[in-house]
Amino acid sequence: MSDQAICAWQKLELGTAITTPGNAAELRTGDWKTLHPLTDQEKCIKCGLCSLYCPEFCIAQDKEGFYPADLFYCKGCGICANECPKQAITMTMD
Amino acid sequence: MLNHPGLENFEKITTKNIPTENYISQGHRACQGCAEILALGMVMKIAGPNTIVANATGCMEIVTSPFPQTAWKVPWIHVAFENTAAVASGIEAGIKALKRKERFKNDPPHVIAVGGDGATADIGLQSLSGALERGHNFLYVCLDNEAYMNTGIQRSSSTPYGASTTTSPTGSQSIGQQTWKKDLPAIAAAHNIPYVATANPGFHLDLMNKVKKALTIEGPAYIHIYSACPTGWRSKPEKSIEISKLAVQTNVFPLYEIINGRLTITKKINKPKPVREYLKTQRRFGHLSDNDINFIQQRTDARMAELQSLESSSQE
Amino acid sequence: MNKAKGLEVSLAIAEAVKQADVDVVAAYPITPQTHIVEELSVYVANGELDAEYVPVESEHSAMSAAVGSSAAGARTYTATSAQGLALMHEILFIASGLRLPIVMTVANRALSAPISIWNDHGDIMSERDIGWIQIFAENGQEAYELTIAAFKIAEDHRVLLPICVNVDGFILTHMIEPINFIDQNEVDKFLPPFKPALTLDPEKPVTMGPVGVPEVYIESRKQCEQALINSKAVVSEVLADWGQRFNQKYRLIERNGAASPKTVFITMGSMGETTMTAVKELEESGQSLGQVRIRLWRPFPKEEFLDAIKDVEEIIVIDRALSPGSHSGPVAQEIKALLYDQPQKPKIHNIIAGLGGRDVTVKDFKKMYEMARNNELDPNYTIWGVRSDA
Repeated sequence: MSDQAICAWQKLELGTAITTPGNAAELRTGDWKTLHPLTDQEKCIKCGLCSLYCPEFCIAQDKEGFYPADLFYCKGCGICANECPKQAITMTMD
Repeated sequence: MLNHPGLENFEKITTKNIPTENYISQGHRACQGCAEILALGMVMKIAGPNTIVANATGCMEIVTSPFPQTAWKVPWIHVAFENTAAVASGIEAGIKALKRKERFKNDPPHVIAVGGDGATADIGLQSLSGALERGHNFLYVCLDNEAYMNTGIQRSSSTPYGASTTTSPTGSQSIGQQTWKKDLPAIAAAHNIPYVATANPGFHLDLMNKVKKALTIEGPAYIHIYSACPTGWRSKPEKSIEISKLAVQTNVFPLYEIINGRLTITKKINKPKPVREYLKTQRRFGHLSDNDINFIQQRTDARMAELQSLESSSQE
Repeated sequence: MNKAKGLEVSLAIAEAVKQADVDVVAAYPITPQTHIVEELSVYVANGELDAEYVPVESEHSAMSAAVGSSAAGARTYTATSAQGLALMHEILFIASGLRLPIVMTVANRALSAPISIWNDHGDIMSERDIGWIQIFAENGQEAYELTIAAFKIAEDHRVLLPICVNVDGFILTHMIEPINFIDQNEVDKFLPPFKPALTLDPEKPVTMGPVGVPEVYIESRKQCEQALINSKAVVSEVLADWGQRFNQKYRLIERNGAASPKTVFITMGSMGETTMTAVKELEESGQSLGQVRIRLWRPFPKEEFLDAIKDVEEIIVIDRALSPGSHSGPVAQEIKALLYDQPQKPKIHNIIAGLGGRDVTVKDFKKMYEMARNNELDPNYTIWGVRSDA
């Protein structure tokens, strides 16, 4: 059997369906980025716009009410920084 | 505005009650700054888990489903490019029959067909027209990024006038796309379906409320969503939402809805910005001369006046 | 079975679909399929059939809607012909690739150009490799019965593939034949309700039709191919069960005529009946003749076919379609390829007959036999009845 194949044909679900909803979350898209967002918590008003406008769905509110980006997924597009009404987010290499 | 059948008890989405759950997972392969997947994510937030999605071939299909991973947390099917509305018709008809015959136990799910502008305005227009005309209870969402981005930025009939694409290149004999953008929402509305709207992820509450209305009203609904594409428009990824907002603020992409034939402009722009401000954010328009831009400004103004007059005549 | 009732075959097929209690019919009218779907729309309109009738705007959408409805878990039927089948082409592969047990009648008709509404097998022969089970009916009774059996075959969990029942356009579809209908309670006992294996159900979300990256495409196609190969045994089993219940024996390959004939005609579809009349008359005049009918075309039942011709010296393969630029018609190609490996091969003649509704009579078959005997046929193939100045 080809070592390029993901699995034997007998192991495929019917019609090559995928029966593990949302398992794309296994994929680390974070390594696409060159810059990542850094939030100045002094300036953040916890409005959540960054989360709403994140195309990676990777910004969620934490226990303290802030909105950190999950860098495992963040592709570094910078929309969050651009849209932040308080300029609390900067895109950085660090 | 909400006194329409099915909307009597409509509870608006506000900043206070935006659903936090996502039904497209992280790890999808959309480009950096893709406002199309963002818009689709917003649609799905409102649709919720009791939803079946039929997705046309295109960017959204390909970035969410390369085997063995799927970004979808709801049942999802991709069949082909030009037939998504027909596939959705079949799903809706199947569930309807099974529900009536008591073989489908739960509440009937929302059926949402998703296609890009090519899948909707070009190759899938017949299938869309058929499904709208037949009155299936489903929502068709066109995610309009104004060209065939998945295959490398070829023009579609939804590409705006003057845009340079790989098949409408600018050259000594051409300004790029030489035709005016096809008016898909008007075509959808001509089917006399109960709900048609334009939407834009830069105006997320407006978008989410439209999706909610479309799913609440019985019968076919069509929402045409402006979907900024940094890769195809040669714009900066971080500017996708800013550009989306500019499209509305310049009247390039007016936001309105048509409920049972009555048109309402949902985002009134009192002092529109010049279209030049919008065009300069994208290198696909970088070659346009002042004359070209003036022409686009005039047609944009004329189109807006037409919409406003449609609004006043339909509110009478 | 009840007493025979004279009925147009199209209406008998519609009756079979009704008796199968389908959930969704998605169809677009095309001659000579129209009477089937018209009748189904009447059944739905008057409440005799509890189904959704989706009057789509094209055959492409008919097959697309059928895919959607079958994926939603509904028993789904459609019918088409010729140009309509060609328009469905792209989606036919997807229906089998997604393993959806859709049942379709193909009222076989010639493909354009020039436009022809009349019968031949050019439409289905262009769809040989779609991955569907493909059966050919010889007469109205068979068209009716195979339509019911088709649901059971397709929906069997060892199969889960779409199936098309081929019925010669006009020659069968518009013929009024005496049909023995099966009681509904007998149909219900034979055909249990559809239990889909995988559906678009929000309780258990699945992703159907994901991108087949190079690391999975071959395996995906293999799964589909193997299901088709495996379906042969299920077709045999279902038809054997049918025979037990309803006293009609349907084999994958049928052989009729003399016990050990020197020559056999090989046919598919309604031509079998005319051939058989010719065979009988020739036998009466002392010729050693038989007839082999291919009922199951895909998957091709090669063992059964080889068995049916094992003692034969000469075969005359009748094709009802051209394969332009090839050395034979499509059925003869199949048979020649199959016989290549065999230690003993009969002599093979190939005749392309009855294109675009041209009549092929008992007299024609007698003439074919005579020409074959006298080695007067083209060694590649002969287009029967083509008028030429040469």
